[in-house]
Amino acid sequence: MHPLLPPLGAVLPELVLALAAIVLLLVGAIRGERSANLVTGLAIAVLAAVFILVLLKPAVPVVAFNGALVIDPFSRFMKALALLGATVSLIMSVDWLNREQQNKFEYAVLVLIATLGMMMLVSAGDLIALYLGLELMSLSLYVIAAINRDSVRSTEAGLKYFVLGALSSGMLLYGASLLYGFTGTVNFEGIAKAATTPTLGLIFGIVFVMAGLCFKVSAVPFHMWTPDVYEGAPTPVTAFFATAPKVAAMAVFLRVAIEALPNVTHQWQQIIAFVSIASMVLGAFAAIGQKNIKRLLAYSSIGHMGFALVGLAAATPEGVRGVMVYMAIYVAMTLGSFACVLAMRRNGRAVETIDDLSGLARTRPLMALALAGLMFSLAGIPPLAGFLAKYYVFLAAIQAGLYGLAVIGVLASVVGAYYYLRIVKIMYFDEPADAFDPMPGELKAVLSVSGLFTVFYFLWPAPLIDAAGAAARALF
Amino acid sequence: MEIGLSHYLTVAAILFTFGTVGIFLNRKNVIVILMSVELILLAVNINLVAFSAFLGNIVGQVFALLILTVAAAEAAIGLAILVVYYRNRGSIAVEDINAMKG
Repeated sequence: MHPLLPPLGAVLPELVLALAAIVLLLVGAIRGERSANLVTGLAIAVLAAVFILVLLKPAVPVVAFNGALVIDPFSRFMKALALLGATVSLIMSVDWLNREQQNKFEYAVLVLIATLGMMMLVSAGDLIALYLGLELMSLSLYVIAAINRDSVRSTEAGLKYFVLGALSSGMLLYGASLLYGFTGTVNFEGIAKAATTPTLGLIFGIVFVMAGLCFKVSAVPFHMWTPDVYEGAPTPVTAFFATAPKVAAMAVFLRVAIEALPNVTHQWQQIIAFVSIASMVLGAFAAIGQKNIKRLLAYSSIGHMGFALVGLAAATPEGVRGVMVYMAIYVAMTLGSFACVLAMRRNGRAVETIDDLSGLARTRPLMALALAGLMFSLAGIPPLAGFLAKYYVFLAAIQAGLYGLAVIGVLASVVGAYYYLRIVKIMYFDEPADAFDPMPGELKAVLSVSGLFTVFYFLWPAPLIDAAGAAARALF
Repeated sequence: MEIGLSHYLTVAAILFTFGTVGIFLNRKNVIVILMSVELILLAVNINLVAFSAFLGNIVGQVFALLILTVAAAEAAIGLAILVVYYRNRGSIAVEDINAMKG
């Protein structure tokens, strides 16, 4: 191949996604508002096609564009996960948006562009690609949060997300500029070679970059935006926010920490351990008093990010494998939970308080059963999938000698179990409220798949664990 | 006095601090927050260009140009969201952004 010609075949999924986003934007612009369902349907097809393209790629690592993009088993795993989250949340959004008369073709196009940003983020091999991918994702997400532009809450969610997101990008960039200045390169491999002794400038750079990344995975103390954005944004948007961007941000977090900073592990390990403890504890305690189910799931996701970061704090291949398994199971559980939240509709109006679920076991027994399974799994009760996810990260932490972290994590998950079990109690033992409207078919499908996966995952865990293990080794 | 790398870094650090403090201490107006964000990005660009010049490495300047481009897009999107918010709420004072709490 000509040395100047970039290896375009390696980035075929990204190219397809970018072109599709442009074409669908044109389709929407030419055919007007009526094209919303067509554009959304095509966008789902494109996302599914890109998902298959990513999976079909051989697992041979390719470095493209002078090291700017790295396509390896790790990026393949995380891209597939992010695409899964994006596809399923887009499928779940169609019916909801139509009923709320919010179905705009821009939504699907923005989801495509945000997903493109995520894929670039997951593959980023230097700080410039990281920044551009992050901004492509974040700028689309700011707009998606405010997509319901006639609602005070939705636009306020967008505004808050934008202000805090811009601040976090600024911090990440400041850290990136220090990393560049004190190592002389923006390439992750180059940084790894140059960053062998922790100088003051380097440590400042690491701290700022990690602060920016913590914001994107909504880890404490950079979580302030999460509850407000989750509550204010339309529910399908929240489902999207809770899955795909989290996966992409966690992937780039792992890559920066493990690939760019392997020789200064002790410096960032302390930061990650602190952030992880703070997220687990806040996620467990702050969710207790919540009345809005979306807000509760926001605190739950903060807690889950804390658990996932336990694996990163271990800084071993087992730890990274734990994080990847955790993210996969988290995405499956979250999609199922949001399928339930999206189905919470009474007399044509969406309701979102926890009390609206009361007596669900008598009005909609199957939905209650599935949601109860998901809540037990989110709480981490064996032998459900959520327990195995926690098991692998804690195992890695103990193998790495981080006993304190593992103990605090287990205690936090016990506290957290309270509010998950409260939902189960409200569904099974409280006086029934009026029945919800019938659930659309696609939500039923997502809820059944997710429920069955979380309940029966322990019977056959090997494929996911092995895939994650192989992908994790690519980073080391 | 010779102007060295540390002087540039100090200026950038001061600008960065002003930007961050401006976001948190500001009680009046969201536009001021947008200005503070621009200040942070400016600090980053000074850092990058100074490092680039002193390292004799062009990558930092390329990075700075890309940041300028993205900052323009970011400001456009931020102002657009601000306009739709103003239409709904009739105010862009920071203390009025309180429809959700908890």
